[in-house]
Amino acid sequence: MAQNISLEEFVKPENLVYKKTDLLTQKALSYCPGCGHGTAHRLIMEVIEELDAQANTIGVAPVGCSVLAYEFMNIDMLQAAHGRAPALATALKRIMPEKFIFTYQGDGDLAAIGTAETIHACNRGEHFTIIFINNGIYGMTGGQMAPTTLPGMRSSTSPYGREVSIMGNPLKITELVAQLPGTYFVSRQSVHTPANVRKAKKAIRKAFDYQALNKGVSFVEIVSNCNSGWKMTPVKANKWMEENMFPYYPLGDIKDEGVIVSKQ
Amino acid sequence: MSELKLMKGNEAFAEAVIRSGADAYFGYPITPQSEVLEYLMGEKPWERTGMVVLQAESEVAAINMCYGGASAGRRVVTSSSSPGISLKMEGISYMAGAELPLLILNVTRGGPGLGTIQPSQSDYFQATKGGGHGDYQLLVLAPSSVQEMADFAKLGFELAFKYRNPVMLLSDGIIGQMMEKVELFEQESRWTHEEVVKMSPWATTGKTPDRERNIITSLELDSGKQEIHNQKLQGKYQKMREEEVRFEQFSCEDAEYLIVAFGSAARICQKAVDIGRASGIKVGLLRPITLFPFPSKPIKDLAEKVKGILTVEMNAGQMIEDVRLAVNGSVKVEHYGRMGGIIPSPDEVVVALKKQIIGG
Repeated sequence: MAQNISLEEFVKPENLVYKKTDLLTQKALSYCPGCGHGTAHRLIMEVIEELDAQANTIGVAPVGCSVLAYEFMNIDMLQAAHGRAPALATALKRIMPEKFIFTYQGDGDLAAIGTAETIHACNRGEHFTIIFINNGIYGMTGGQMAPTTLPGMRSSTSPYGREVSIMGNPLKITELVAQLPGTYFVSRQSVHTPANVRKAKKAIRKAFDYQALNKGVSFVEIVSNCNSGWKMTPVKANKWMEENMFPYYPLGDIKDEGVIVSKQ
Repeated sequence: MSELKLMKGNEAFAEAVIRSGADAYFGYPITPQSEVLEYLMGEKPWERTGMVVLQAESEVAAINMCYGGASAGRRVVTSSSSPGISLKMEGISYMAGAELPLLILNVTRGGPGLGTIQPSQSDYFQATKGGGHGDYQLLVLAPSSVQEMADFAKLGFELAFKYRNPVMLLSDGIIGQMMEKVELFEQESRWTHEEVVKMSPWATTGKTPDRERNIITSLELDSGKQEIHNQKLQGKYQKMREEEVRFEQFSCEDAEYLIVAFGSAARICQKAVDIGRASGIKVGLLRPITLFPFPSKPIKDLAEKVKGILTVEMNAGQMIEDVRLAVNGSVKVEHYGRMGGIIPSPDEVVVALKKQIIGG
């Protein structure tokens, strides 16, 4: 009976069923409770651990909520100016082609200010991985409208809801980069349920495996909640995400081995 | 083996970059410096030395590629001209903040805005007073010949790594475009990965078990720590002021009047000194080679001996502020300059000297 086991007994190594990867530092995550960033960080680091690639991986952190990703990921990292991560990664990979290089970017970073760097790195077919966290909002600066904010969705700069006739349409940049000849693998995932976490990890693993083939960009979007920015409880935010974000940003592989596979 | 060639300034710079053992060039076309990228693409240094050359989608992307390459402890270089340098300023500020070595060639043209494609020196302030946001300095070298376009490429790399700081060659459309004889130094080998790891232990070359992870960032959210970082940077700039001042003097020994000019204006003023001397005016020239650190001390020393100083610049009067600070009111300092891509003639300079300094 579990209640009869002493604490000393309980923490014995043979009773260990889960351990945080050593590729995550001991630093407490700065993300809000319920946010998907922490899970996404863990999945990437687990994949790097599985590949035994700590010494061979360099990551690029963005500007946004994950600006401090380098505090949590126990690998060599760079912090890029807003939107420029793919440019940094381009140089890193070209100068050190034997390394795994990845960028970790949010929607404002990747799909607004960094659109040119994203499109051109994808179009050149650079051999690195882009992990794109899409939560439809600028989280760090306090919940402003993002390029991926849904029509009608409220934010601090669309307080009555995004009106597309005035504020433009949300950008499906993942579908857009899938059209470019330089992308080899493009997938959209989420990390809001255990089943989705497993699928997301498979996609990230595939992205890194593909990177080693030197066949172009591997790109994984993770549709995530922002319960603080959306002003919802984490549970409600996940439900809202399923009902509203997924119809607009459907999950699944969009391109595999250089071929469009999505039926969307 | 060194080699004698007739080359454009931009080409000499590009060839010298390859010979310096550079690892990567990232750039974007803009007049009057496009020959740098054209020469490199024609020369295919990836076959000669393994050097990466990439035409980026913008100046913004190019400078951020430099950020990535420099983080890996490699010798990276970019070039542009005035409007393009303005676009790069964000990235240059980040690189100064993150203490990354970089060689930048700025083949300046007249502004503001799109301005003109003709030569100008109107970006002195931008180059020497930071240029981007935040308290930082570039180490600025001002070549005045095609030979110096080559030699300063190598020197620039050395200084960039010595100080872990971006170094700018502030050239202009005359020096970039004109052809002169240049003696090219021998090819130096690129650093191996092992050499990089040893020489630049801070570089993001992959976290090995023998060291902590390396992080390249310009971000510090703790004000106390940021101030300490700022003080460290300022200490570095102070060391540059103490150790890196470079300048050249012509006919200053018995000079009664002094001209201060840099880059191509200094070439013009050398001729003006000859003309002035031929007509009996005892005039000398001081050419700052480093614009930051500025040769304040030698100018101050000369100011004690001369009756007046004329700064000659192809702008509305920018370096004159540093000259005036150096002499601190001890002698009259006036500016003569042309703008908009107009190049002053040596005779104009002599007339200006007579009118503004000798007769004024």
